[in-house]
Amino acid sequence: MALEPGSPGPQSVVSRPSAWGGLGLLLDTPAKRAAAIVVILAAMVAAPLLGPYAVVILTNALLYTILALGLNIVVGYAGLLDLGYAAFFAVGAYSVGILTTVFGWNFWATIPVAVLAAVCAGIIIGGPTLRLRSDYLAIVTLGFGEIVRIAARNLQITGAASGISGIEQPWLFGWHIAGSTDFYYVFLLLAVIGIFVSVRLARSRLGRAWLYVRHDEDAAEAMGIDRVRVKLAAYIIGAIYGAIGGAFFAVNFTAISPQSFSFQQSTLFLMAVILGGMGKIPGVILGAFIVVLGPELLRDLGSFRYLVFAVGLLLIMLFRPSGIWPSGAKR
Amino acid sequence: MTLTTILLQQLVNGLVLGSFYALVALGYTMVFGVVKLLNFAHGDLYMVGAFIGLLALSLVAGAVGTSWVGVGLAILLSMLAVGFFGVFIERIAYAPMLKAPRLSILITALAVSLVLQNGVLSLTGGQVMPFSPKLGFAGINLGDIFINYKQIALAGAAAVLMLALELFVSRTQYGRAMRAVSVDKDMSELMGIDVNRIIAVTFFVGTALAAAAGTMAGAYYGSIWYFMGFLIGLKAFTAAVIGGIGSIPGAMLGGLVLGLLESFGTQIPGIGSAWKDVFSFSVLILVLVFKPTGLLGKSEQERM
Repeated sequence: MALEPGSPGPQSVVSRPSAWGGLGLLLDTPAKRAAAIVVILAAMVAAPLLGPYAVVILTNALLYTILALGLNIVVGYAGLLDLGYAAFFAVGAYSVGILTTVFGWNFWATIPVAVLAAVCAGIIIGGPTLRLRSDYLAIVTLGFGEIVRIAARNLQITGAASGISGIEQPWLFGWHIAGSTDFYYVFLLLAVIGIFVSVRLARSRLGRAWLYVRHDEDAAEAMGIDRVRVKLAAYIIGAIYGAIGGAFFAVNFTAISPQSFSFQQSTLFLMAVILGGMGKIPGVILGAFIVVLGPELLRDLGSFRYLVFAVGLLLIMLFRPSGIWPSGAKR
Repeated sequence: MTLTTILLQQLVNGLVLGSFYALVALGYTMVFGVVKLLNFAHGDLYMVGAFIGLLALSLVAGAVGTSWVGVGLAILLSMLAVGFFGVFIERIAYAPMLKAPRLSILITALAVSLVLQNGVLSLTGGQVMPFSPKLGFAGINLGDIFINYKQIALAGAAAVLMLALELFVSRTQYGRAMRAVSVDKDMSELMGIDVNRIIAVTFFVGTALAAAAGTMAGAYYGSIWYFMGFLIGLKAFTAAVIGGIGSIPGAMLGGLVLGLLESFGTQIPGIGSAWKDVFSFSVLILVLVFKPTGLLGKSEQERM
């Protein structure tokens, strides 16, 4: 990424296409912005016409999109491998579950608490471990994810193995968000907000710091970037996405149990990020939809579908190590 | 039971558990030492080893029965078959990725793990399969504590395998070459070492040890299933890190330490068996934070 001697200075960075080649670039012209609006409108109108089953599956795909966007900030932007992302998802879901059922809180009041809990979890796990080499970090996050799941399975307050049920679905200005179509729109809105925040983050000062740290940590540090701090920022923002996804997941299904937050879930989220192409937002969205719709479409294969899926992932890593729709930046 | 008896019994349990951890941790550490790859699929190779061991046991059952000789033969056959399978995986999945970014190769390893798990899941229908050799329940009483013959055989077999590995690494040409490659791959190549061959040998030996552990675990616990490798893979990694990753004696020591920590940890009031895994993962995190080089590891320049 070094600038050649005599090349234009940093001011050209502003006019250069985003290094992510992501949605920012996609929405550069009015025509493209119009296209994005058409896609969103189409998503709003078309899905309910496809029938209730499709709405449920698409809602799930949107949930995965939100979580994959959050994990993408950690893995794609900052280059940290997180194998325990389901832990943050769990923190969000259980915060809502416990506060609404045990303490009788209003759902909307629990969201700030869920976010705060995820931030704390992010600092607790990230703070001491982000100095570690990348592969150690992967294992530590995996261990952390398991600790959260085992804790949820054994604590009284989390309802042990059976989890929490009877979570009340929220009201918003007289609208009871209860049906599957209602939640489809809620998740669509959340996904659009998530995309917007991700795009803005990638182009922010912090986003450029992540890019730098990901490419050359030592050089970044020499340029005055506090690498532990920017990594921690990525970790915390990713955790917030996870917690919000988890919070709405809890009210959508009204019941949560430890099985929803297993290591397999974490790998599915990671696959969503990697499959499409990490760091690039359209790629991440594509990945989330493949992860959710793939096994649905392969349903005919019965018990072989996850094997086919796993082999597909392996082949993608071997032949397209940067994903199906990779980021424009090299590596 | 007196406290002493409980502690002695836990010592035996811990050593048995630690033997499993140590055998699996050795493969982790050897592969890491030579190719600097964390083989996430290693725990699944242990699982594949258990299934191949079961298959081998049914093949030799007609000739030698399913008693001690049969199980011993099954372990050897499983080591051989799964060892070659490990080399095959290395050639197919890891060799093309060795020059790729670290994140890509880690995810490739994760993908291999998923393929193995789901492959066995599809073949077995996800069922727990009985692994029931006729080893009996006899044992010896030492004072108040009872030691099963299976436990003695297991710890003995683990010790023999580790001794054989130690001799292999320290005394043979391949072992010397392996150590050279783990110190400096490029320089070893200049010295005329066929690095690819050494990597293959490393995978063979590491995977064979995991297969031996898998078959023994099947025979010891009496049942196997496709997901049995996940947790032990994590635990073995923990053991390798406690001992110092890349260090062979470290992996042996780390395995035994973790096994003992776990079996004594379950005796601490408030931890119990439900929190056993939380206990080990907390140990892992603490070791990584405070002493990332482990007990016997050398400090190494960070390679990102």
